[in-house]
Order: sequence, then C-alpha cells, then structure tokens
Amino acid sequence: MTLLLPRDEQDASTIIGEAAAKGTLLSLSGQNTKAAMGRPNQTDASVSSSALSGVTLYEPAELVISARSGTPVSEVVRTLAEKGQELPFEPVDYRPLLGSRGEPTIGAVAAMNISGPRRIMAGAARDSLIGVRFVNGRGEVIKSGGRVMKNVTGLDLVKLMSGSWGTLGFLTEVTFKVLPKPERMSTLLMRGLDDRAAIQALSQALGSPFDVTGAAHLPGRDRQGARTLIRLEGFSLSVDYRLNELRRLLKGFEAADILEGKGANALWQSVRDATVLTEQGERAVWRVSTAPTRGPDLAARVARSVDAQWFYDWGGGLVWIATPPAGDAGAAAIREATGIFGGHATLVRAPAEVRAQVDVFEPQTGPVMALTRGIKASLDPSGILNPGRMYAGL
Amino acid sequence: MRRKLPRVQSGSGAVSIAFPKPDEAILSRRAQIIAGLQRLVAPEALITTEDERRAFETDGLTAYRQMPLAVLLPSSTEEVSAIMRFCQQNGVKVVPRGAGTSLCGGAIPQEDAIVLGVSKMNRVLDIDFENRTAHVEAGITNLAISQAVAHEGFFYAPDPSSQLACTIAGNIAMNSGGAHCLKYGVTTNNLLGVTLVLLDGTVVKLGGDHLDSAGYDLLGLVCGSEGQLGIVTEAVVRILRAAEGARPALFGFERVEDAGACVAAVIAAGIIPVALEYMDKPAIQICEAFAHAGYPLDVEAMLIVEVEGSDQEIDDMLRRIVAIAEPFRPKTIKVSQSEAESAAIWKGRKSAFGATGRVADYICMDGTIPTGQLPYVLKRIDEIAKSYGLGVANVFHAGDGNLHPLVMFNTNEPGEMEKAEKAGEDILRLCVEVGGCLTGEHGVGIEKRDLMTHQFNAADLAQQMRVRGVFDPLWLLNPAKVFPLDGRLAA
Ligand SMILES: Cc1cc2nc3c(=O)[nH]c(=O)nc-3n(C[C@H](O)[C@H](O)[C@H](O)COP(=O)(O)OP(=O)(O)OC[C@H]3O[C@@H](n4cnc5c(N)ncnc54)[C@H](O)[C@@H]3O)c2cc1C
Ligand SMILES: Cc1cc2nc3c(=O)[nH]c(=O)nc-3n(C[C@H](O)[C@H](O)[C@H](O)COP(=O)(O)OP(=O)(O)OC[C@H]3O[C@@H](n4cnc5c(N)ncnc54)[C@H](O)[C@@H]3O)c2cc1C
Repeated sequence: MTLLLPRDEQDASTIIGEAAAKGTLLSLSGQNTKAAMGRPNQTDASVSSSALSGVTLYEPAELVISARSGTPVSEVVRTLAEKGQELPFEPVDYRPLLGSRGEPTIGAVAAMNISGPRRIMAGAARDSLIGVRFVNGRGEVIKSGGRVMKNVTGLDLVKLMSGSWGTLGFLTEVTFKVLPKPERMSTLLMRGLDDRAAIQALSQALGSPFDVTGAAHLPGRDRQGARTLIRLEGFSLSVDYRLNELRRLLKGFEAADILEGKGANALWQSVRDATVLTEQGERAVWRVSTAPTRGPDLAARVARSVDAQWFYDWGGGLVWIATPPAGDAGAAAIREATGIFGGHATLVRAPAEVRAQVDVFEPQTGPVMALTRGIKASLDPSGILNPGRMYAGL
Repeated sequence: MRRKLPRVQSGSGAVSIAFPKPDEAILSRRAQIIAGLQRLVAPEALITTEDERRAFETDGLTAYRQMPLAVLLPSSTEEVSAIMRFCQQNGVKVVPRGAGTSLCGGAIPQEDAIVLGVSKMNRVLDIDFENRTAHVEAGITNLAISQAVAHEGFFYAPDPSSQLACTIAGNIAMNSGGAHCLKYGVTTNNLLGVTLVLLDGTVVKLGGDHLDSAGYDLLGLVCGSEGQLGIVTEAVVRILRAAEGARPALFGFERVEDAGACVAAVIAAGIIPVALEYMDKPAIQICEAFAHAGYPLDVEAMLIVEVEGSDQEIDDMLRRIVAIAEPFRPKTIKVSQSEAESAAIWKGRKSAFGATGRVADYICMDGTIPTGQLPYVLKRIDEIAKSYGLGVANVFHAGDGNLHPLVMFNTNEPGEMEKAEKAGEDILRLCVEVGGCLTGEHGVGIEKRDLMTHQFNAADLAQQMRVRGVFDPLWLLNPAKVFPLDGRLAA
C-alpha cells in the first residue's frame, strides 16, 4: 500500500483532492501504526501526518497550545511541563493495552476524543480542543474554532472532528486549552468495598464541594482485593483540608489510606490506560460510558452471560470490561446492557476477525444514523476518508 | 443591547442590517397556514392577533423588528413535531424562540415565518443528585435549574447575566457563558443530552445522562447552532455541588499593561480563579456612580479576582494573589472580608450594562481576543470610538479573552446610531485581526452575519453550510441568521 506523507497543509490538500478525483480510498493515520482500532478497513493508500510536526503556538498565560497534527503527544506534554502546565483531560496511552509501539500523535488524540480519569472534572478531549485546521474529503482546507477559549462563531465543526476517527477530514493542526499542573496530588484508598457500596461512596465524593479529580473502583479479584480510589489535586494546604473533610464525610473512609508519589501516579496511569485489565491475558476489551450509579448493574448484567472482568473510572460512569476474545467478544450481552441501562460501548481491543464482525462503535438509531451519513457526505462526498472505519458503509 | 430606541422598520434606512425579502406566496396564504396550524395545537398555543404578536417582534436587539406570521407556544414535544412537519410540508419558515433575550437578534422573526417558542415547556422532569444530572424541558429558565437543585447545595454552572429570564434552549442555541466559565466552562461543556425535533417532525435524542457521545458528536454540533438545525425540547445538563464559599479581591492599576501582566502572572502561578473580570476607566466610573460599590476612581484599570473554597482555602489563595499582584504596583487592593463586601464588589460589575444604559444609549459588543493583546486592543478601541466621535466603556472576562465593549451614543442625534454600528463592526474586525473571534458568547444572529466573511473564508463557510444543509436543505430554520445572505449553499 502506498504511504503518503504530506509535507504541509497545502500538500495534504493536493493529495486528498487528487484522491477524491480518482476515488482512491485513504486510511488516515498519525504514526501509521499497524492495524489500529475501529473496524478493519480496505483502502488503496495511507496518508500519515508524521511529517507535519511541531508546536506552532504556545501562550502559557493564555492557557493555549497549537501543534501540527503529527506532533508526538510526548513533545506536547514536555513543552507544557516546562511551564508547569498540562493537557487537562489526561490523554489515554493505548500502547500497553494494544501491545503497539508507535508514538501517539496529538492529531490522533483529537480525532479519537479519548480522555482519562480527570474527564469528570476537567472535561473530555473535545472540551479542551478549541480549534482545528483540516483537509476535508474534497481536498479543501477548512478551519473551525480558534485560539481563544470561547468561540461560538458559526457551527462548531471542532466538535464534529473530535471523535470522528479520521472519517470526516485529515487534521493538520489542532489547538488545545491547557491548565496548570497541580502542585500536589493525593489519593484516598479504601479497601474491601463491593461495587455498589464503592460507587455510592464515589458519588458522594463527587457530589461534595471538594473538587474530586479522579474516582475509580477496582473490584477485588487479585491479591490486592477491592480498591476504591478518590483523587484530589491542587495546592498542598487545600489538598490537606479536603482530604480531611472527605474522610469525615464518607462513612467507612475515616481510616482510608492516603497514597502519594510514584506508586499513586502509577496506579492512576493503570486506570487511565486500562492496564488494570491487561493482566487478564489476551482478552477483548470494551469501554462503556453510562450513568455512574448504573455502572454496577450494567456490569452485573453482562456477567450473567459472559465471562467478564471489569473496573470503573469516572465515579462508575466508565466501565472497562474484559471479555473472551472469540465469537462476538460479548458484543450481544454488552449491547443488551447499554440498551437497558443507557450509554454506549466501544470495542477497544479485539482480534481483527472479531472487529470485522461486530459493531466496534455503538450502533445508532435510524434517524441519528441518517444524520451521521448526511454529515459524512457533507464533508467527504466521495467517501474516500477512512471508509468503514466507524460504521459499515460509511 | 439598546434602549430607548424609536421603532425602526427594516429597510427604512435607519439601521443597516437587511432581512431577506418576505415570500409573497407565504404571506398571501397566511389564513390557510393558520387554519392548518390550528388543527395541530391546543387553542391557547396559537397566537395570531397583531397586538399579541407584537410581543414577539424583536429580542434583545431591539433596533430591529419584524412582525411574524403567527406565534406558536406548544407545550409538548409531540406538538412541536406536528408543527415542524406542517411547516416543512408547507414551506413555512420557523424562527425558534426561548425568552427572546438574544443580543445579536438571533430570535428576531421574519414576516413570512412563524415563531416557535418553547417558553411554556418549562418543567423539571427529573433530578438525579447521585449522578449529578438534571433533565428539564428546554423552556425552563437558566436560574430555575439552579433553584431546583439549590436545596441540596447544587447549581447549574453557566450563569449568563440574563439568567433570570433566558432559557436553557436559548443557552444551548447560543452556547452561552457567564462570569464563571474560566473554571466551569460554557454551555457545551455542561450539556449531556438533548431531545431535538427535526424539520420533518422526527424526534431524536442526542447524548443522554452519560458522558461523551456515541458516534459523531452531534450534541456538540447542535450546541451553538443558533436554532438552525432543529428545535430543542428537552435537555439533560450536569449539575455541580457548589463550593463552600467564594470571595473576591479588587485591584486598581494605573496602567492597562499592569493589569494585563497581573492576569498573566496569576495564571503562570498555577492559579485558576473562578472569575477574573477586568473593567476600564469609563466602565469603573459608570458603575461606581450607579452602584456605589467603592471602586477606585483614580485608576485606569480594575480587576476583580474571585476564588472559591473553604474560608481557610480562600484566605490562602487571596494571600497568594495579592503577593503576585504587588510587583505590578496596584494603587488599590481591596480583599473582601465579608458577604456584604463581596456583594458590593460584584454589584458594580454586574450592573455594568444597566448602569451604562442610564448615561447613554449603547451597543453591547461581544468579541474575543488573545488576552495578551488586551493593551493594544483597548488602545485601538478607544481610537476607533473617537474616530466616530463616540465614547466606549470596556468590560472584559480576562480569564477567557471575552471582551464586551459598550459603544455609547445618543439616539436623538441623527446618524449616531449608524456610527455606533460602524464602530462596533470595526471593533469586531479588530478582534479577528489580533487572533480572536467575532463572538464569545452572544452568537452571530443577524448582528454579525455579514461580518462572517471576515473570520471565515469561502471554503470554511461553505463547509458549515453543507453541514447545516444536512438538517435543513431548504433554509426554513431561522434562515436570516448566521450566514451572509449571498452565496448560500443547500448541502
Ligand atoms: C483504540 C486504539 C486501538 C489501537 N490499535 C493498535 C493496533 O492494533 N496496533 C498498533 O500498532 N497500534 C494501535 N493503536 C495504537 C495507536 O495507533 C498508537 O497509540 C498510536 O501511535 C496512536 O497515534 P497515531 O497517531 O499513530 O494514531 P493512529 O492509530 O494513526 O490513529 C488513530 C485514529 O485517529 C485518526 N487520525 C490520526 N491522525 C489523524 C489526523 N491527522 N487527522 C484525522 N484523523 C487522524 C486515525 O484515522 C484513527 O482513526 C491503537 C490506538 C487506539 C486508540
Ligand atoms: C441583560 C442581558 C445580559 C446578558 N448576559 C449574557 C451573558 O452574560 N452571557 C451570555 O452568554 N449571554 C448573555 N446575554 C444574551 C442572551 O441572554 C443569551 O444569548 C441567552 O442564551 C438567550 O436565551 P433566550 O432564552 O432568551 O433565547 P432567545 O433570545 O429566545 O433565542 C436565542 C437563540 O436561540 C434560538 N432558540 C431558542 N429556542 C430554541 C429551541 N428550543 N431550539 C432551537 N433553537 C432555539 C433562537 O432561534 C435564537 O437563535 C445577555 C442578554 C441580556 C439581555
């Protein structure tokens, strides 16, 4: 397969414009890592952003950074760290889960809209993404949003691009709102709670005035037993105060341990990247978003018919579920559960045979699917960008 | 926003923004159309008399008025759906409306359009404190949501100054913000789901009570779409537990640059205050005369910095902020020590629009700029206003770059209003030139429609219109707004 590496935005526009004229089907990628997620798709050529690299604007005092789409996430993170800032939504690193080695790009982070534990407090990748430049399926260069936090000028195409997995356009430059890195991070750790009691405690913490920035529950299957985690961040004095208040507020948390430093960071990283589940060997992995208090019901329902393990992030609202990697990888049971309890599920890891057979993304209702098709056609009328990556025939 | 204005008919030459020519075929079928609508809704939901329609003729942009064909105030999603289907089948234009407080003319009708108002659909449907969500009908006011959850210490975060009157439907359509969005974000960051009625009457649910959308982010697209994609009839919003307390400090500076540098230094120190408001000298003078807030009258610029938390946390944070401000030699430092002092500090800022209205007619502009450009932009705004012989006062959400210049004029002076409109346009062009946007939170509406080509090129606008065309290929939904009247695309 041909690999195309546009040197700049204009080059990308020419390449995609020509592909549109010829009907050449294109895969879009950052570092052109092998079989990435989504439905496996058949294309004629691949366009990678890897030659579009570099931070183009960084104004720490305005809390804003722009970078070309192929810039490694690590470079963005390093640039921000030099000024004591960070991407608020904690971008997930899927490499451990997927056993891949490519260097994640900032454009892919925007295209996938995947956020870590702090999403509950600081918003998703799409909330931090305030501006984009991209080449649509006609080969036209389009901009939307800007470099200021508030911009409601015209239709918000930034939101459409975020989470469209490269099916609507090839991002060339992205602009994110950033935040200061907290001075201190501290975690309350409580052991031995069952799922329901844990989620109840997390709800109480999240419903408190104490600005919880992480709320996870790891049910006890291994030697560790069940662990419930509540994270606080900020200035040291304030963190101390809120730790005390939370211990007072949450029944059973009076004696909760306090974790800080390397061990605590590693623990939150394993929640963020779902490596908590990689100990389960070669299993399929699902990511399910639902209302927090329904998380335990949803997991229990799936477990009635599938051999499943799971853990919770986002106070119970994000359920990561590992299932057997064969057959439909639990798709039927999981879709039934989201049908009953609300929410949506994405198959993050599974062998290509499985991903070719089941819906990787949550199927949409008829009218919403009709809008989805219309939007795809309005940005990519010849259907050349990542065809079939999200939905069959789209 | 303007006040004390004479009624002005479009095309009379007194104001500069054009409406499309009404469709004569629709006007001549008015009686038939009304008869058709009558069959679809309860009698009290249909308003046809001229007197009653007059209440819907304008919105917050009162210089422009258009009498709608009829006004419909349905009370259910089913009624909305029936009306939409009818309008699509009969080619009747629809102008959605919440409370009509839009400052950019977003809710101003057209003579050949019906107004579809959701103000009767104002119930709270469900509150879920454990999952921190409120499910409401879209005609509920912004403040009523906060009031419905206040007994448990919760609130709905985006707080436009118009929150007593404006509806969540209007907030969603405009992606409205407020004084506290530096910490809590604007509407799009606090919206989890909507029920949307499409033009053909189809009812779709986007999002829900969970985080993030499945598939394309249609919810994000609808937010800020200014009533051009469908009618929002219900919404699920995030509710948050309020902080234990909040207190502001006030700083007066002799130079604009010092105030700007102070803002940058606060943020560089890793502090994100819940509000960071800037006022220039004319704004300080006007607000002080009205509110007697104790503002310093001998400074060029003033900052209000508010932080949240427990008393102890607030004291610590305000101490840090005062220490950060000191190198910039503030002439005044006033750290609020009580509820009463906090209220006084905020009263001045919050009355900025009203107080300005007492001394002059004015147009409230709403652009965004990179904060670092503030000194330059303020200097240029002053020059622009002077070149038209007008005064201007500036209030600025300094944390997020949203600038509200209030261009003052006298309606009774012939030609002054046109000058004010021109000055306003120049100011918005300036915002775009320095890297900002035409609007931060008030929307495009009719007011900034013709300036869109200044921020976007033809390809950008065509792409937006093609996406719009997926929902409304015939341009029936709020069609006079947002996109310049020339060069419109269907899909
Ligand atoms: C869910 C998931 C599954 C993965 N599976 C594998 C795998 O099986 N093998 C492997 O080696 N790596 C895999 N990766 C790992 C991933 O590719 C690495 O983390 C990678 O380096 C991510 O960065 P990338 O830039 O290469 O993204 P890519 O994997 O290239 O892209 C991710 C998504 O974003 C889109 N995208 C990327 N850049 C742009 C752009 N500029 N404009 C528009 N859309 C863009 C892509 O089309 C794709 O839909 C997976 C990642 C994820 C999130
Ligand atoms: C004194 C004053 C202060 C203000 N302060 C602020 C502020 O601090 N921050 C801020 O952001 N704004 C502010 N505004 C502007 C205004 O209040 C907001 O834009 C508000 O969101 C409008 O809400 P509304 O219910 O009045 O909507 P309307 O004015 O009725 O309509 C606004 C737009 O929404 C569309 N719309 C209405 N209902 C629906 C529906 N059901 N479905 C689809 N589209 C619909 C309309 O067609 C129109 O385009 C202020 C206005 C005034 C008068």
